[in-house]
Amino acid sequence: MNVIELTSVSKTYRGGVHAVRDVSLRIGAGELVAIVGPSGSGKSTILNLMGTLDKPSAGTVHLLGHDIARLRDRQLSTVRARWIGFVFQQFFLSAHLSAAENVATGLLYHGVTRKRRMERAAAALHRVGLGHRLHHRPHALSGGEKQRVAIARALIANPAIVLADEPTGALDSRSSAGVLNLLQQLNSDGVTIAVITHDRTLAARLPRRIEFLDGQVTNDTGVSQ
Amino acid sequence: MTIVDKPGEDELVRLPRPRRLRVADLISVGFGGVTGRPGRAILSALGIAIGIAAMIAVVGIGASSQASLQATLNAFGTNLLKASPGQTLFGANATIPDNATDMVRRIGPVRSASATGSVNDTVRRTSQVDSEVTNGIALAATKDDLLATIGGTVANGTFLNAATDRYPAVVLGSVAAQRLSIDRPGKQVYIGTQYFTVVGILNPVPLAPEIDRSALVGWPAAQAYLGFDGNPTTVYERSDPSEVDAVYGVLADTVNPQDPGSIQVTRPSDVLAAQFAVNTTFTGLLLGLGAVALLVGGVGVANTMVISVLERRQEIGLRRALGASRGQIRTQFLVESTVLSGLGGLGGLVLGIAITTGYAAVRNWPTALPAGVLAGGVAASIVVGAVVGIYPASRAGRLTPVEALSTA
Repeated sequence: MNVIELTSVSKTYRGGVHAVRDVSLRIGAGELVAIVGPSGSGKSTILNLMGTLDKPSAGTVHLLGHDIARLRDRQLSTVRARWIGFVFQQFFLSAHLSAAENVATGLLYHGVTRKRRMERAAAALHRVGLGHRLHHRPHALSGGEKQRVAIARALIANPAIVLADEPTGALDSRSSAGVLNLLQQLNSDGVTIAVITHDRTLAARLPRRIEFLDGQVTNDTGVSQ
Repeated sequence: MTIVDKPGEDELVRLPRPRRLRVADLISVGFGGVTGRPGRAILSALGIAIGIAAMIAVVGIGASSQASLQATLNAFGTNLLKASPGQTLFGANATIPDNATDMVRRIGPVRSASATGSVNDTVRRTSQVDSEVTNGIALAATKDDLLATIGGTVANGTFLNAATDRYPAVVLGSVAAQRLSIDRPGKQVYIGTQYFTVVGILNPVPLAPEIDRSALVGWPAAQAYLGFDGNPTTVYERSDPSEVDAVYGVLADTVNPQDPGSIQVTRPSDVLAAQFAVNTTFTGLLLGLGAVALLVGGVGVANTMVISVLERRQEIGLRRALGASRGQIRTQFLVESTVLSGLGGLGGLVLGIAITTGYAAVRNWPTALPAGVLAGGVAASIVVGAVVGIYPASRAGRLTPVEALSTA
C-alpha cells in the first residue's frame, strides 16, 4: 500500500519556471525517507505537493490511493487534518499557548472536544519525551524541545505520513541528533516519515534517500530491506 | 477493490469525513485572535464603543427627559387650563370681566378656579432703582387660592391670605426672588410708590412658569395701593381629568360671554409636552451622528482585520496545514471581527449607561434606559462587526496554504 504516489508530476510557476519536472515516486507505509537536495532543487515544492498544500501543473498525486486533484477544498482540508502531519523548520508554535495546547491544535479541525484533545496532547507529548513539559510556554523551551512539541502536534492525529520540512534546520547539532533519533524511534514504531533536507549527512543516516537536483529526481536508493 | 476503514492489501482507505469546527472552539479561536493583541483590539474597538455610547446616551437622555416630563405631568396633572385675553376683533387689548372666576367655578366638572390680574407697575429692590427697570418681573394681583389651582408650593414663608391680602405684602415667584436677590421672607421690595414686605417665596411651578417670574400681591391691596382695576387677566381652572376637553370647549364662552373670540384658552401641560417634542427632532440629528461614529468605528475594525490577515499569514498557513478549510479560516476571521466589534459595543453600552445616568443625575431626572435600545446597540455593533469582517475574512480564506506559509 502506497501512502503517497506521485506520477509524472510537474509544477510550473507563472513565468514558466519549472520547479519540478516529471517526477514519479512512491512512499510506502512504514518508510523513513529523506528527500534531499540543495536549495532550489524543488524539494520544497515536492513537500507542498505531497502535503496537498499545492496542486501539480501536470501529473497526479495519490494519497492512500485517492487522486487529490478530484477533491474539493473541504475534503482536501480534511485529508490534511487526518492523514498528514506537518513539521516545519520554524516550529510554528503559538507563543500564548502551552506545549499541550499547541499540540492539541493538531486535533482542532477534527470535531473532537477540547477535553479529549488535551488528553491526547498529553499522550503525544509523553511519546516524544516531553511529558514533563506539558504546561510550559514555547519561550520556556529549548529549540530541540520546541521541535519535539511540533512533532507531537504532527503525531497527535495518527497521520498516515509525517512530512518534516528541514526539521533540524534551526537547531544546533546536539538538538538535531536528538530530533533525528526521535524520528527514527517513531519510525520503528511504525510511523511513516518523509524528511525534506539539504543536509546530506543527516540524509545519509536515513534508510532511503530520494535525491533532487533542478526539479528532478537524480537518485533514489529505494526501499532497503 | 473494496472500500474499508482500515487499509489492507488491494483495499482503498475511505476518505475521512469533514467535520465542523465546534462552536466552543470557534468562539475560543475568535476570542484568542482578539485578546492576543489587546492594545490594538482596544483601539479599534474604541471607535465602535464611541458610536454605540453616543447612540445609547442620546436615546437614554431623551428617554430620561421624557420620564421627567411624565413625572412632572403625573405630579402636576394635565387638567389645568388657562384662559387669558388676546386681542379683540378690532385690535384692542381684550379684558376679562371681574366676575369671570366665579362664572368658571359654576361649570360642572370644574374643581377649582383662580385668577391673577396684571398690574402695571414695577418691582424694585429699593426706591433708588429706576422705575423703568423691570428685571423681567411681572407684577400681578392674585386671588388667595391661586396655589391650589396651579399646583404651586411655597418654598419659604406663607402665601397671601385673607389677613395679608389687603396690606402691602408680596409673594415672589422663584425666578423673581432670584432676580431681586431675596432668599427669605421679611425683606422689603419697592413697588409703585411704597415698600411691600415679602411674606413668601414660591417653588418653581412647572405648569405656570409665568408665576415663577411674577411678584404677587393681594387683590384688595393691588386695588388699594397700585390702582389695579380689578379685572383678571388670567383665569386658571382645574377640572376632572376626563372632562378637560369639554371644559376647554366652553371656557372662553364662560370667561367672556360678550366676546368669547377674544379669549385664548391654553393647556399648559400641552405646552410643556411640545417643548419636549422639539427636543425629539434634535435627538434624531444626534442619533444620526452616533450612527456615523459607529460607521467610522466599523471602518476602523475592518482596517484592523485587514492588517491582522496580512500579519498572520503564517498562522493561517499553519491552520490550513492542520486541516482548516477555506470556510473555516473565513469563519474564524468573521468571528474575530464580530467579537472585536461586539466587545466595542459592550464597552459603548457601559459608557452610554454611565453618561445617561450621570447626565440624568445632574439634571435631577429619573434615569430611563429602554432595554430595546441597549440590546439594539449591542446588536448593531455585532452586525457592523460581521459586515465589515466579510472582506478581510474572504481575503484570509482565499490565501492558498503555500502563499500563507511562505515567509515573504
